[in-house]
Amino acid sequence: MSILSLHNSLNTYLILAAILFGMGVYGLVTRRTLVGMLIASELILAAASINFMAFNRFTAPDPTVGQIFTLFIMAIAAAEAAIGLSITIAVYRNYKSVDTEDLVDLQG
Amino acid sequence: MNPTDASGIIGFFTNDGFAGYADALAGIVFLIMLATTIIGGIIACNAERLVRAVAGLALCFIGVAAIYYYLNSPFVAMMQMLIYVGAVCVTIAFAIMLAAPENNKKQGPPGPLSGPLGLVTAGLVTIGMIGLAVNTKFQAMPTVNMGEVKLIGAGLLTSYSMVFELVSIVLLIAIIGSLVIARHGRSK
Repeated sequence: MSILSLHNSLNTYLILAAILFGMGVYGLVTRRTLVGMLIASELILAAASINFMAFNRFTAPDPTVGQIFTLFIMAIAAAEAAIGLSITIAVYRNYKSVDTEDLVDLQG
Repeated sequence: MNPTDASGIIGFFTNDGFAGYADALAGIVFLIMLATTIIGGIIACNAERLVRAVAGLALCFIGVAAIYYYLNSPFVAMMQMLIYVGAVCVTIAFAIMLAAPENNKKQGPPGPLSGPLGLVTAGLVTIGMIGLAVNTKFQAMPTVNMGEVKLIGAGLLTSYSMVFELVSIVLLIAIIGSLVIARHGRSK
């Protein structure tokens, strides 16, 4: 298979989604601020959406279902980003920091 | 070219050679967008300053929108540009400005998972998922339609109307909730 016809194979999209997911996991375990972790979680959600759309294009009998599902993922991700950022701002007001190591009051 | 020969230019656009060039061009653009997505993702999870991470995230989302376009879904690609690049990235940029996480950065010892161990963790997850994807045989089903935008709209208003209403309520509650949370303690 030629390198120029990569966009016609399901494996290309699945591998890309896996790489994005791995980068999201890496960011999630290495970032030390809440905003950085939120950015990494957006990468993970994008990887999940790419997987849905790839299977929707190549294997699903009705290609509208995956597109609708991806639209719902986008709506939930937008809600998650809004809530997460407002929590970040509330935490910053109370602690004067968004570093995860400072937020250990619930540790007991 | 003879001006009376109308089939000349049309023949150039419809013959096999041009179709081959168009396919090659589509493949090259796809490779560029693939590289854009991966480079944006690397910037988003590795950049030292968070503003640059948000810029990398926007780049990654533009590449993902192009990949949706290659997956026969121009509507979802447009929504990706509008919602992710236009709304989510800007919201994160606002949070960086309001919370200023760069000001008092911790310089203490990093956690156990940051550095090589985190890289190994993410690499194992990635390799496992790639192996699973490559070694599984996925059965393609005969399609009943082409996934047109009209059918997406019809589906949202008939089969998935309940989910649509639920997502609207979730979004409304998220907006009100984020306002309430961020407003708390505003007076001091």
